[in-house]
Amino acid sequence: MSSKNVFRSPVGKKLITGITGLGLVVFALEHMIGNLAMFSGNDAYNEYAHFLSSLGPLLYVFEAGLVAFFLFHISNGIQIWYGSRKARPVGYDSYRSAGKPSQQSVSSRSMIVTGLILAVFLVIHLISFKFGPGGPGNADPSYVTSLGGEPARDLAKLVRHKFDSPFYAFGYSIVMLMLVVHLRHGIWSAFQSLGAMRPSLTPLVYGLGTILAIAIGLGFIALPLAIYFHII
Amino acid sequence: MTESMNIKLKVWRQAGPKAQGRFETYTVPDANPHMSFLELLDVLNEQLIKSDQDPVEFDHDCREGICGSCGVVVDGVAHGPQRRTACCQLHMRHYKDGDTIVVEPWRAEAFPIIKDLVVDRSAFDRIIAAGGYISINAGAAQDANSLPIAKTAAELAMDFAACIGCGACVAACPNASASLFTAAKISHLAMLPQGAPERKSRVTAMVNQMAEEGFGDCSNHAECEAVCPKGISISTIATMRREYMKAVLG
Repeated sequence: MSSKNVFRSPVGKKLITGITGLGLVVFALEHMIGNLAMFSGNDAYNEYAHFLSSLGPLLYVFEAGLVAFFLFHISNGIQIWYGSRKARPVGYDSYRSAGKPSQQSVSSRSMIVTGLILAVFLVIHLISFKFGPGGPGNADPSYVTSLGGEPARDLAKLVRHKFDSPFYAFGYSIVMLMLVVHLRHGIWSAFQSLGAMRPSLTPLVYGLGTILAIAIGLGFIALPLAIYFHII
Repeated sequence: MTESMNIKLKVWRQAGPKAQGRFETYTVPDANPHMSFLELLDVLNEQLIKSDQDPVEFDHDCREGICGSCGVVVDGVAHGPQRRTACCQLHMRHYKDGDTIVVEPWRAEAFPIIKDLVVDRSAFDRIIAAGGYISINAGAAQDANSLPIAKTAAELAMDFAACIGCGACVAACPNASASLFTAAKISHLAMLPQGAPERKSRVTAMVNQMAEEGFGDCSNHAECEAVCPKGISISTIATMRREYMKAVLG
């Protein structure tokens, strides 16, 4: 069977969406924990950022992998959504879920919406922070600090500056709530897509997935709100 | 003597595959709680025939919930509100006098409407024809114990084989996916030694045919399991995915 068919097949698309989705969950968790360094002070945050940029070529490999994961995940998600529109051109006059054991929910039905919002957010987020003042191709002496005598990017200053604005602090928080909604269905769904589910495991994995989704979301939201309300 | 019920039916009427469809509302004044849902449609059709109107076309055969012929969306749920029941076994005692019931056909590009509530489900036949069978010569019936099969495997295979191919999974799926139907057959045969020689070619051929027919992709809503009259679990879809991985990687 050719690889082209695998990518196009209904099962192949789900496998790719599931694998990339779980990879992105691991990335989100790592990113969220990294953000929490700010609660130990600006230097701890800048040191973490500096550590990442000092990885050099290894960081580029990670970044290239991330870009690939995002692109595969987004393009498959759009294909699945578009395919479902084509598969039912005429909808029902009245439609409702039959209830348990259905997992249909606001989360499961809004994957395309929350997913696309997250994709747009990602671009804005990268422009604001990664490629923001002091970032690659955007040298800015006012965003340089000193770590152990060495000059380093003062990302903490930028983060504090951005999250002092209600637009950024609350906009970011709302998008992170969308991430919780996306992951509530997404984490369980990924395991089901990878064929890892048994009926007895479903409630457990769905429950743990929801807890992880909420933990990631709250972890992300903690930083902007703590800065905006001058807690840190 | 049972008290009669006055039931309003809002039914999808469509003269033919290409015709413009519309909802018509009818009143059945002499329904009773012992009627099945299909008998309610029978009574409606007698009314329509007596008043020189076209009866409502709907599929049905055994009316015992085992053949998979009948199937309509009742008030937004495939086969209606009663769990693990084909609509022929849905009885009017679940409704009360004065209720309005909305009746629609299965809606899917791969299930084109033939007339009114009747859809063409031959896409399912083509998925089965792509590989949902055993082509080795099984010979005459063997002695019962000559081919040992673990009880758990036999039970699971039987659970998956319970699919009656009614199409409710497709009708209820927000994506109009046929994953539960296709997976049930793949998993049924994968559980048994007779199905083993062709398991790799079977899963790829059936999955490809499912896509070819224009069904949507699965998004793991699990709505199919909730409406399946045989209660087939979405674990069968997980099994199909494992079978698929083994076929592609192995």
